[in-house]
Amino acid sequence: MLKISKLRLISLFCLMLAVPSMAFAAGGSAYMLKAKNDLNNTESLQRGAKYYVNYCASCHSAKYVRYSRVGADLEISDDELVNNLMFNASKPFETMQASMSTDDALRWFGAPAPDLSLISRSRNPDWLYTYLKSFYKDSSRPLGSNNILLPGASMPNVFWEIQGEQTPIFHNVEVSGTDENGNEIMRTVEEFSHFATVTEGSLEPKEFDLVVRDIVNFLDYIGEPVKVKRKKMGVWVILYLLILFGFAYFLKKEIWKDVH
Amino acid sequence: MSGLNTWINKRFPLDKMMKEHVTEYYASKNLNIWYAFGVLALVLFVNQIVTGIFLTMNYKPSAAEAFASVEYIMRDVEWGWLIRYMHSTGASLFFVVIYLHMFRAMMYGSYKAPRELVWIVGMVIYLVLMAEAFFGYLLPWGQMSYWGANVITELFGAIPVIGSDIVELVRGDFVISDVTLNRFFAFHVIALPLVLALLVVVHILALHEVGSNNPDGIEIKENKDANGNPVDGITFSPYFTSKDAVITIGFLIIFAAIIFFAPTFGGLFLEPANFEPANNLKTPEHIAPVWYFTPFYAILRAVPSKGLGALLMGLAILVLFFLPWLDKAQVKSVKYRGYYYKGALALFVISFVVLGYLGLQTPTPVGTLMSRIFSVIYFAFFLLMPIYTKLDKNKPVPERVTFEH
Repeated sequence: MLKISKLRLISLFCLMLAVPSMAFAAGGSAYMLKAKNDLNNTESLQRGAKYYVNYCASCHSAKYVRYSRVGADLEISDDELVNNLMFNASKPFETMQASMSTDDALRWFGAPAPDLSLISRSRNPDWLYTYLKSFYKDSSRPLGSNNILLPGASMPNVFWEIQGEQTPIFHNVEVSGTDENGNEIMRTVEEFSHFATVTEGSLEPKEFDLVVRDIVNFLDYIGEPVKVKRKKMGVWVILYLLILFGFAYFLKKEIWKDVH
Repeated sequence: MSGLNTWINKRFPLDKMMKEHVTEYYASKNLNIWYAFGVLALVLFVNQIVTGIFLTMNYKPSAAEAFASVEYIMRDVEWGWLIRYMHSTGASLFFVVIYLHMFRAMMYGSYKAPRELVWIVGMVIYLVLMAEAFFGYLLPWGQMSYWGANVITELFGAIPVIGSDIVELVRGDFVISDVTLNRFFAFHVIALPLVLALLVVVHILALHEVGSNNPDGIEIKENKDANGNPVDGITFSPYFTSKDAVITIGFLIIFAAIIFFAPTFGGLFLEPANFEPANNLKTPEHIAPVWYFTPFYAILRAVPSKGLGALLMGLAILVLFFLPWLDKAQVKSVKYRGYYYKGALALFVISFVVLGYLGLQTPTPVGTLMSRIFSVIYFAFFLLMPIYTKLDKNKPVPERVTFEH
């Protein structure tokens, strides 16, 4: 009764292997672009800061981020900060507040624009990159635009001038599922395939991608300003510990010599 | 110096304590790496206390300010990010170390006579540690902090008649609020660390009274030399202090690698949803406790009735207390046990890991079925233990410990 048969063990292991794949099958749409942003690229971050101020900062705050910190990390002088980036602040040590008030946001968009200080950590750079590229023309929405990644998003397409307008193309796919009785069935569902251009923007699609990438890079940076420095420091900490480990190891060997 | 030493020792048993617990505490010479997790737990305990003190200097325990104060620590406080990551990574690694420490005890029968009290005190430490981690997890006041605390405190509502009153008592409010945050802060930084420190002392005193077990599960005190010292024993210092130093530094390399290169550990140690401030009007898409609670969370979800699920979840932890009496085997170490125990232990580990995985996922019909199967295996390990440990064909245990240089 208590003997564990080989068969039981094998079936158990098969079940274990099946768990992750089942979870994946339930995962839903796989539409996600790669941000490919680079936190070591200071120029990209500088451009990102500029685009951020132009396209995001009117509505969104980044209230944990100080201009002075951005300046110090991205090699932007105080003068440049004041003249080019600080439209909502007068002193470099101030944090990045939005121009729009919360009351106006509620009145105009129905929801306050989320603070972007940590958006790259609660979401992730790939998600942000995909989201910013996925707005499309939708006359059924109050502001005339919708988003494939976040349907019903209250944010309008702020890039319409440079990106132009696009519309999503869907195709039919067969997915397996279960009906209410638990039987396996095949269903046909509409899945997003790609975007088709409706009107051209002032930038080439490739140029536009770079703009979005720079913005995402900047958002990634403000999510954790210390990230690049942290990784550089980590190498030295581990190197130090490895040397210490060597000393400790030979000390232990010496002490244990007389244990038989 | 010797004058001062004599003066102190006439008034306080300093030398006596050093001898008893360090320089003349004998442990078996064949202790392997599994025996280092107690020391590593102590290292992490000190890490949590020290980093915790520094975090408290800038953290604000108020619903209006908590989230912002954590970001202040991460961005504006000198080295604040490092202190915070040491604390958050330390919390997760504490559980890794404690789980391996407990597994060691199960592998080598360390809970068996005469070490039942060491095991029971250890189990109480584990319970207090879970409470400590739970209270601490609310403090960053992120979405997962808030909703996780909401789900867990709601479990008390499953208690018949007085359930809803207990929920209110724990929260200090009808919902998780500023009041809850303040009392959780008090428990997290004062009450439970004090209890933990005391319990750790009791745990070590109880251990030093009976002596450490070893991978052979042999009592080294039964084989003494002319001086009355165990033949197979060596003193804690300098032998094990030097060995533990090597292992501790090795552990610190792993610790540093996580802190500096993957502090969120892919969303497992710091969850993405917790980078969003708590919002009582917006429920996250998927609420799951931190990974170290998920095996028990999976057991909770496996049961259709919330009350029964909560009961089983509690029992899943409590049943560990009874291990010394459920295990009827005459031998301690897995090295000399028969195939029943070896197989059962392997199945137990598999079920714990799979339940932990399932507890992290959104519930699916297949996931629930799996959770049920592995919950049954989990409990069967304990409930059938008196039978299979009695029937097991154990091997003869040698007189002396096995030691290869």
